[in-house]
Amino acid sequence: MADEHNSAGDETNRRDFLYLATGAFAAIGAANIAWPLIHQMNPDASVKALASIEVDLAAIETGQSITVTWRGKPVFIRRRTEGEIAEARSVAETDMPDPQNDIDRVQKDEWLVMVGICTHLGCVPLGQAGDFNGWFCPCHGSHYDTSGRIRKGPAPKNLEIPSYEFVGDSRIKIG
Amino acid sequence: MMTRFAFKAVLGAAIMALGLSAPAHAAGDAKAPAAMEWSFDGLFGTYDRDALRRGFQVYKEVCASCHSLNQIAFRNLSQAGGPEFSEAEVKAIAREYIVEDGPDDYGDMYERAALPRDKFPSPYPHENAARAANGGAYPPDLSLINKARGGGADYVHALLSGYEDAPEGVEMRPGLYYNPYMAGGKIAMPAPLLEELVEYSDGTPATVEQMSMDVTHFLNWTAEPELEQRKRIGFMVLIYLTIFAGLMFFSMRKIWADLH
Amino acid sequence: MSGESTYNPSNGFTKWMDSRLPILRLAHDSFVDYPTPKNLNYWWTFGGILTFCLVTQIITGIILAMHYTPHVDFAFNSVEHIMRNVNYGWLIRYIHANGASMFFLAVYIHIFRGLYYGSYKAPREVLWILGVIIYLLMMAAAFMGYVLPWGQMSLWGATVITNLFGAIPVVGESVAIWLWGGYSIDNPTLNRFFSLHYLIPFLILGVVILHIWALHVPGNNNPVGISVKSKQDTVPFHPYYTVKDGFALTVFLILFAYFIFFAPNVLGHADNYIQANPLVTPAHIVPEWYLLPFYAILRAVPDKLGGVALMFGAIFILFLLPWLDTSKVRSARYRPLFRQFYALLVLDCLLLGYLGAQPAEGIYIVLARIGTIYYFAHFLVVLPVLGIVEKPKAVPESISEPVLGAQPAE
Repeated sequence: MADEHNSAGDETNRRDFLYLATGAFAAIGAANIAWPLIHQMNPDASVKALASIEVDLAAIETGQSITVTWRGKPVFIRRRTEGEIAEARSVAETDMPDPQNDIDRVQKDEWLVMVGICTHLGCVPLGQAGDFNGWFCPCHGSHYDTSGRIRKGPAPKNLEIPSYEFVGDSRIKIG
Repeated sequence: MMTRFAFKAVLGAAIMALGLSAPAHAAGDAKAPAAMEWSFDGLFGTYDRDALRRGFQVYKEVCASCHSLNQIAFRNLSQAGGPEFSEAEVKAIAREYIVEDGPDDYGDMYERAALPRDKFPSPYPHENAARAANGGAYPPDLSLINKARGGGADYVHALLSGYEDAPEGVEMRPGLYYNPYMAGGKIAMPAPLLEELVEYSDGTPATVEQMSMDVTHFLNWTAEPELEQRKRIGFMVLIYLTIFAGLMFFSMRKIWADLH
Repeated sequence: MSGESTYNPSNGFTKWMDSRLPILRLAHDSFVDYPTPKNLNYWWTFGGILTFCLVTQIITGIILAMHYTPHVDFAFNSVEHIMRNVNYGWLIRYIHANGASMFFLAVYIHIFRGLYYGSYKAPREVLWILGVIIYLLMMAAAFMGYVLPWGQMSLWGATVITNLFGAIPVVGESVAIWLWGGYSIDNPTLNRFFSLHYLIPFLILGVVILHIWALHVPGNNNPVGISVKSKQDTVPFHPYYTVKDGFALTVFLILFAYFIFFAPNVLGHADNYIQANPLVTPAHIVPEWYLLPFYAILRAVPDKLGGVALMFGAIFILFLLPWLDTSKVRSARYRPLFRQFYALLVLDCLLLGYLGAQPAEGIYIVLARIGTIYYFAHFLVVLPVLGIVEKPKAVPESISEPVLGAQPAE
């Protein structure tokens, strides 16, 4: 009697294990199919190729700015004068709506690299304009200083510093 | 049930055989290319990196003067599954080429050295210029040539290395050359490969056969850059499906067993 | 069969849902507890396989549409962009392209199952007609889909077929111009084909729902062709046929996977990897393999309009099948003479398929004409006559009877 019960129990266990294994295998298959279908919407290789750009800085003179396009956005690159650097260093934290040291915003003092999109509602600010000798956004009147920090106006944050690195003395790679 | 299954398999095979027989006929009266053994053939096929690099050198130094490769960007040369040049090598290769960019702030188009993200520039600005420079014939873009010809890699290699003198009584008008692998026997491209036309940096002797195999190998990669990943994943998928079919089969038997 | 629902909502949520929108009940009654004849063989698994194929094509198609550009200047390159740049783009494209072939392979097996077992006979005439409508929609979708990569075969195959409309007397040329949106296949044509190619699979989905509904009214046919007499003749669809369909689907997927990963272009045509060029005609214009039999019929007739008429006629004759076959016996199992003609029909269709890929000259044209004549003769002459003169074998009393047969009761 005990044997019959055991074999019936074994039978149930074997059957359940088979169904469990089949179900688990099906789930693995489904997950493996699902991933490519989801990942295809992530940036493709041609977009990722543009994800970082190298910019040659040699032609930029002191006191001159250029704008490059990076990931579809404008990036301001300015070679600052001694005066502009000094101005940026001498501002008190209490005068800044978004306090940040100039030293934390640049890797080399004379090179300022920022995403040229106003942190208020996304317009592109004008260079060498505004009350603080930096940038001025004409859309709603935000003023940025020589370090690209917001000083007056509705913008909540300083102009964003993208990740970049110097590859050689006069070349940077952004992104 | 088993005979039904076998019948289904035979039917499937018959249909496949019919399908496969169709393109073979389309070659017409041209000589059939010899079947070569390529490292990228078969279930476990992979590309030979050295052959790809030699083939790229042949394309660059011989073919690129007339044939564009407009689906390939320089950055593709460093991606996995291809010649796998380093990023630095790719930047150096790209810098040798000039591409058009612009307009600049003055409204002019300008030229600059190519970057990894650029595609290979075409030797001609457009098809009309290409035809004008080649006696009315258009040197086709080579990115997809191995897939765009029914004979595939075997055909491309046979064509490149198979030039012969025209047989007795066959008139070749100037500008056409005899090649038995070309449908109709007459091709507007003169034999592009000559002994030692290229000096391989790895010292391999540059025979016509070698250069032809190498450039065909390279062109197979330009046509199918995903080949290695595709076959790798494919093998795992087939294993998975076989195991899963077994699990489903035994589950099915168990479920149906308790019927009377 | 339309019997009493056996669904019993077990928890709070399912009870709540059932009283507001009994969709779970519908699913349960249609696909879980649905009484299905217990003697179905593997030829019956292709309905489920076809549903899988349709869903696969829709999902991969929607994804491809995220990356494809339906403009003559960009289409070819956008497909190469998918193959080379989009993450797993090559996989999704090859699934979609080979999926179309697998879809047709499955539909032909499914149709020929119906022809063999008399599944088109009363009371399943509407089921059969809905099936032929699905088949027509599939061919339209596949034809337009093949144009989208804008290769040489895309352009020239479409040119040949749309030119046929010009054969219609009086209005033909206007119809062709209306279809093209111009004076030849060009950008307007490509754009509208893209729109319609996206639409048609959803029309197919709708007709498939009607098709399953029309099936569930009388219930499934079965290999002996005898109607279900009692509960004893059936098993619940789940788990018996869900697991059997799942197994058959897995085997089908092995073949599908072989094509995708190891021979992704063998069912296609090399010329479609050449960008469309209206000034260069390919040496041999051929449609995809699943349209070849109709292409053979089209070219068999020397007259252009006649060819068009017979090509469409070959499909429309299928609508009449339930009334052309006069036999009272459903399943070919009990119709030995019918089986021989059925085999001839299968061979005829395979022959026409082969001939569709050959040049339209010499022996090929002769054979295509013989094949076309037999095809129409089969439906218009053989089937009506057979039902009257044939001596069918003795048909069993019920589904359970041939299985229990002469075996002693347990």
